[in-house]
Amino acid sequence: MNKILETRLLAPAIKLFKVEALKIAKKRKAGQFIILRVREDGERIPLTIADSNIEEGSITFIVQGVGKTTKQLNSLEAGDFISDIVGPLGRPSRIENFGTAVSIGGGVGAAIAYPTAKALKEAGNYVISIVGGRSKEFVILEDEMKATSDEFYPCTDDGTYGFHGFVTQKLQQLIDSGKKIDYVLAIGPIPMMEGVANVTKPYRIETSASLNTIMVDGTGMCGGCRVIVGGKTKFACVDGPEFDAHEVDFKILSNRNKMYLTQEQTSEDEHSCFLDKMYEKGKANG
Amino acid sequence: MAELNNKERMRIKRHKMPKQEPEQRIKNFNEVNSGYTEELAVAEANRCIQCKNSPCIAGCPVSINIPKFIKLISERKHKEAAAVIKIDNALPAVCGRVCPQEEQCEKVCVLAKRGEPVAIGNLERWAADWERKNIGLQIPNKKPSTGKRIAVVGAGPAGISCAGDLAQMGHKVTVFEALHSTGGVLIYGIPEFRLPKKIVNIEIEALAKMGVEFITNCVIGLTETVDELLERFDAVFIGVGAGLPYFMNIPGEHLNGVYSANEFLTRVNLMKAYTFPIADTPMFDVKNKVVAVFGGGNTAMDAVRTSLRLGAKRAMVIYRRTEAEMPARIEEIKHAKEEGVEFCLLAAPTEFIGNENGWLSSARLQKMKLGEADSSGRRRPVPIEGDVEDIAIQTAIIAIGNGSNPIIHNTTPDLNVNKWGNILVEKDSMKTNKKGVFAGGDIVTGGATVILAMGAGRTAAKSINNYLNNPDAW
Ligand SMILES: Cc1cc2nc3c(=O)[nH]c(=O)nc-3n(C[C@H](O)[C@H](O)[C@H](O)COP(=O)(O)OP(=O)(O)OC[C@H]3O[C@@H](n4cnc5c(N)ncnc54)[C@H](O)[C@@H]3O)c2cc1C
Ligand code: SF4
Ligand code: FES
Repeated sequence: MNKILETRLLAPAIKLFKVEALKIAKKRKAGQFIILRVREDGERIPLTIADSNIEEGSITFIVQGVGKTTKQLNSLEAGDFISDIVGPLGRPSRIENFGTAVSIGGGVGAAIAYPTAKALKEAGNYVISIVGGRSKEFVILEDEMKATSDEFYPCTDDGTYGFHGFVTQKLQQLIDSGKKIDYVLAIGPIPMMEGVANVTKPYRIETSASLNTIMVDGTGMCGGCRVIVGGKTKFACVDGPEFDAHEVDFKILSNRNKMYLTQEQTSEDEHSCFLDKMYEKGKANG
Repeated sequence: MAELNNKERMRIKRHKMPKQEPEQRIKNFNEVNSGYTEELAVAEANRCIQCKNSPCIAGCPVSINIPKFIKLISERKHKEAAAVIKIDNALPAVCGRVCPQEEQCEKVCVLAKRGEPVAIGNLERWAADWERKNIGLQIPNKKPSTGKRIAVVGAGPAGISCAGDLAQMGHKVTVFEALHSTGGVLIYGIPEFRLPKKIVNIEIEALAKMGVEFITNCVIGLTETVDELLERFDAVFIGVGAGLPYFMNIPGEHLNGVYSANEFLTRVNLMKAYTFPIADTPMFDVKNKVVAVFGGGNTAMDAVRTSLRLGAKRAMVIYRRTEAEMPARIEEIKHAKEEGVEFCLLAAPTEFIGNENGWLSSARLQKMKLGEADSSGRRRPVPIEGDVEDIAIQTAIIAIGNGSNPIIHNTTPDLNVNKWGNILVEKDSMKTNKKGVFAGGDIVTGGATVILAMGAGRTAAKSINNYLNNPDAW
């Protein structure tokens, strides 16, 4: 059981959690993630660690309430408990002094990109952050991002804030303006990461993407998180989650991520009315 | 009953295990075998002729005194029978259910030559179940505390048996487990209908009562390293199992609907997906689908029989050799057949083919024939040129074995492993090359059996005890 110390709503349905987890706080490096179960019989879901505080013994992660489990999680407040948290999982992000590094976060991906952007800055890079959202209210962690970036570009689909357009267009603009870019990290929805890879490929800019696959155990035991990178099967939880974006087969990734969609819908729909009665019954039976 | 003579004993026919009928059992996840009644157990125990040289003991990987416990059952001294088994086997209720007895004790039983061997496994199960149901698991006496601390990594059979023995010796044991539940394959792999989870949990509770501490959600290598454990503990035992599923590396393996058996079974067993949406973990709906499982071991049988219970329209096992080469327990193959599982032998997939939505729609099979024996002594399957067939399936489950998980050796670079990543140990002591670190179970042998993993845990416990008494003699 892990206690929630603090929560903060960053945007509609996007919530930040600070949770007690001393061992993980001590060990985690930028780019690593945890797997949690909100309750007994809950699903195991992966979440990137956004930050940690060793003195406090806490870690921070940011959750977008999209499915049953993330919505359940987002209904919790400070003082509540999370049933299980395991981590830090996965390999840390590649952190080197590349020169100029661009960190691109789409949607809640901004939160995932933040720790890596910070580490890239600490490693001596000139850091440019591009953060995308549907509209102004979805541009999250702006203050934190600004503090770790030499240049900061918010982008919105509807033009309500910053650059009017997609993060890929902003990236192209920077390249066209003659800026020398040595490294790009893309984190966010699959089409966005694929788009970024397509933009940087002709210029041979080293580009990494952090892949959000289906996961169960997160330790290499199930193979549910497998992806194809450079024609080879890799397990995102132990070989990743960060991979060379020019080598990732995004089509397969996007297909596999749709695997449980219809059922998750069922789970959510039936949940509210079904859960209370059946959960008790299920427990009594087994 | 008057004492029987050997002739009379040998005339008694082996007693069948009572079980749920196939039509009934494929509709539920309850245990298939219901266990002997006392009368059946005593009658079966009466078949044993108490051989002087008792080959069965030599056939048992942990040398249980088989004739002794069987005699006690025949005298209705079930508590004493259970105690005899537990001298050598920490998990008799588990082993009575899942050991491949036909390859071990029952294979060499004297009666096997003249008909059917004594049902040693069924009797082991009887004694263990009797104890649990009638007097509760007996907690063994502990030696006075030695003040020594041992870390056990992995709560599977190897780790559990090592922890239990060390606790009895008076040491303070902490078990670290990566998952949220303890039990290893017994919990996430072997299904409820073969091994009820309750039995495993009661065994683990008994260890907790003996003072063993369990820390779940802790991946050694990531949450804490082996070297960090060595700073806090006097010795470390690594029993992390063989948990990295092999794939076949054929085209289409990434289609939706293609699973590793580990993923399929974990979703069903550990995450209780069969109660979905009560439990939150979804499972690709196999209801009314055609399911093919590739492989011939216990894992393949567990997966195919699980898919039947989840409502598959047809469920089949596809194996590249013949039934004789299948590594699964004979009972599991028999049960699978009774339940209507189809066996497609001497066939290997070369490709998975998908529909326009990226879901599996068929598998291309290459037909095989048996050629020369390979290094394992089994005849090697060779393709029959041109004999290829496509079969329509919607779910494929790959159960061709597991490699070793790299997390421990990646984070403990000075630990010696072989080219497959299995940890190298001294056979009699389970010592690794790293001082104070021992290992055993599937991480050493590659995927094997529950009893071999337990035996290794037990050997390691003795050796750890010796080491703690004399650390300079590493
Ligand atoms: C589906 C299936 C059916 C089987 N059926 C049979 C059968 O009928 N009869 C039989 O005898 N054998 C059977 N086996 C084989 C048997 O289960 C294994 O040989 C046995 O469980 C091995 O025990 P172990 O303790 O070495 O490893 P495991 O049971 O694999 O346990 C290892 C534990 O360590 C944990 N772990 C892994 N890495 C770490 C880490 N870094 N830090 C902390 N914890 C970690 C794992 O989560 C796991 O809980 C079956 C196997 C499977 C998969
Ligand atoms: S070999 Fe068979 S008959 Fe002989 S002692 Fe063992 S179980 Fe009994
Ligand atoms: S999540 Fe199971 S292997 Fe990666």
